[in-house]
Amino acid sequence: MAIAREAQPVGSLHEVREAGLDREDLLGVYRNMLVTRGVEERGHILYRQGKIPGSFYTGRGNEAAAVGVATAMGPDDVGTPLHRDMGVHIVRGVDPWRIFAQYMGRQDGPTHGRDGNVHMADSQLGLIAMVSHLPAMLPVAVGCALAFRIREEARVAVGWFGEGASARGDAHESMTLAGTRKLPMVFVCDNNQWAYSTPTHYEFATEHVADRAEAYGFEGVVVDGTDVLAVYREAKRAIDKARAGGGPTLVECLTLRMEGHAVHDDAFYVPKPLFERWAENDPIERFRTWLRDNADLTDEEEDEIASGVKRQLATALERAEESPQPDPANLTQGVFASPEDLDTPHHK
Amino acid sequence: MAELTYLQAISDGLRTEMRRDKRVFLIGEDVGVYGGAFKVSLGFQEEFGPWRVIDAPLAETAIVGGCTGAAIMGLRPVAEMQFADFISCAWDHLVTVAAKQRWRAGTPVPMVVRLPSGGGFSGGPFHSQNPESSFAHIPGLKCVCPATPEDAKGLLISAIEDPNPVLYFEHKHLYRRIKGEVPEERYTTPLGKARTHREGDDVSVITWGAMVYTAEEAAQQLDSDGVSVEILDLRTVMPWDKAAVLESVRKTSKVLVLHEDTRSGGFGGEIAATIAEEAFEDLDAPVKRLAAPDCPVPFSPVLEKTYIPQVDDVVGALRELAEY
Repeated sequence: MAIAREAQPVGSLHEVREAGLDREDLLGVYRNMLVTRGVEERGHILYRQGKIPGSFYTGRGNEAAAVGVATAMGPDDVGTPLHRDMGVHIVRGVDPWRIFAQYMGRQDGPTHGRDGNVHMADSQLGLIAMVSHLPAMLPVAVGCALAFRIREEARVAVGWFGEGASARGDAHESMTLAGTRKLPMVFVCDNNQWAYSTPTHYEFATEHVADRAEAYGFEGVVVDGTDVLAVYREAKRAIDKARAGGGPTLVECLTLRMEGHAVHDDAFYVPKPLFERWAENDPIERFRTWLRDNADLTDEEEDEIASGVKRQLATALERAEESPQPDPANLTQGVFASPEDLDTPHHK
Repeated sequence: MAELTYLQAISDGLRTEMRRDKRVFLIGEDVGVYGGAFKVSLGFQEEFGPWRVIDAPLAETAIVGGCTGAAIMGLRPVAEMQFADFISCAWDHLVTVAAKQRWRAGTPVPMVVRLPSGGGFSGGPFHSQNPESSFAHIPGLKCVCPATPEDAKGLLISAIEDPNPVLYFEHKHLYRRIKGEVPEERYTTPLGKARTHREGDDVSVITWGAMVYTAEEAAQQLDSDGVSVEILDLRTVMPWDKAAVLESVRKTSKVLVLHEDTRSGGFGGEIAATIAEEAFEDLDAPVKRLAAPDCPVPFSPVLEKTYIPQVDDVVGALRELAEY
């Protein structure tokens, strides 16, 4: 039986305004979702062209969940987004050309070719680069929240994890520490129903991942992760609550991973009807329709946004392809930090 | 100067930094109200309050991972593992996230993990280990192993100041047994700089931690044989003072590498290999290693004495070298 609250869809433009977004913001959200998908689609092409070493991961189907949560974050909040959360990087303002450079292992990627795919983050934008081990970034996010609590700052940390990673002890320990200390923390579960090839019923025995929240002493809420406005509203509530000293919330965004775990995986194990059903809930198409029905999105506006994104990504690709390969002479530099490395806004 | 125990010197160093730098905080199991399992932080919560001396749930990954997040946000966390052995529960985090974040993502992680380590009092397999070699092998982590009260304070302050994740191995068997003069003011002892514990001409012992004292007792016995033993206390195994080791090798031409950790893959192997590579021509005898056998730490006092290198073992090894 479900324990977590089930979030309602956002009905009207009026409700959206109440949640804190005006029409201009909504067009920005739509644009960010297009950029998110566009970056990953172009990444896929680069991969097929043999320009991306290693493997390639996308978050197709998760654009609303990532963009919705990131839109609700304040400028000084921090987050630890994962491999399905490209939208978070886009909302926080990373320039797509640097993402393409990262994909291709070039010098201008955020990790300068030292790490690949979405293992990146611009710390100046309040993001911390993920590792492959999941959900290893949850305790890090909790530590950020702890720092905010110690310094009595009105800032919130957002930590992402998947429903597969919810099985690991890191998730339990993180929620225990955040819950016992009522830290300004929001846990976001991207439940895309498949951990590689493993379905949810082999990952957790409750109805929802968010049902666990109550056991840690805070609220859990399940939201349709294809509905960007519903995600935004729930994330905003959770972030506002955390900022006001109300402690953590677990927001579970329910989606379907619309591609394989990575490019090599054709996801044969996912029943076809499931793909077909969720394809009807494509987050971008869904939001576009909502904007037309509720916010008078015109053909001209739609074209302008779409062509703007197309142009931006074409330029970004060109620029990334010009980025040099990393210099092997620098390979072992920076294994250890030097005192000057602490000369950052955070460490002042 | 005041005479302090090794444990009091650690407390003094931590208190000094917490008074000086508001960014420093302590988190661990029972570190607050109880003052820590070994009482290193006794009275700290009264002085610094519950948000700078934080009693954590029994969750080592959350403690160490949390310190990483707090460090990235600009604080200077100090985590206490109740026993060094429990760092295995946070191994993944230290090795996967904290150690690689600077190199990979450009984000420094200035934090210290305090690790009460070492055997000698029937702690058994899970309260006696010396896991420094495992971590010295991980690029991005520093490993500090003080032997004296003066170094315990100075190295802890350096560790807190350092912009990297530093594992600070404090030897439990030295806590109350070893006393020494410790300056009252704040001072730092640089990481990566060995200390000549005892000057000698005939044989060098390269060691660290509690084994410094085992080597000292052995060296005194060898004095009566007319064998002069030099003891080099590495102080930190990562970074380690290669230059000081090679200098001592060149002086005595005979070397014993001694540690309490197990033999195979122990850090002594790295030292011996480096000596073989860089000072082969200076050697008058094969480099000798003395370490615990490749076996878990036993509980029974009889077994533990067999396990941890004893003074007699060191004396035997040194005599063999001297006679070679």
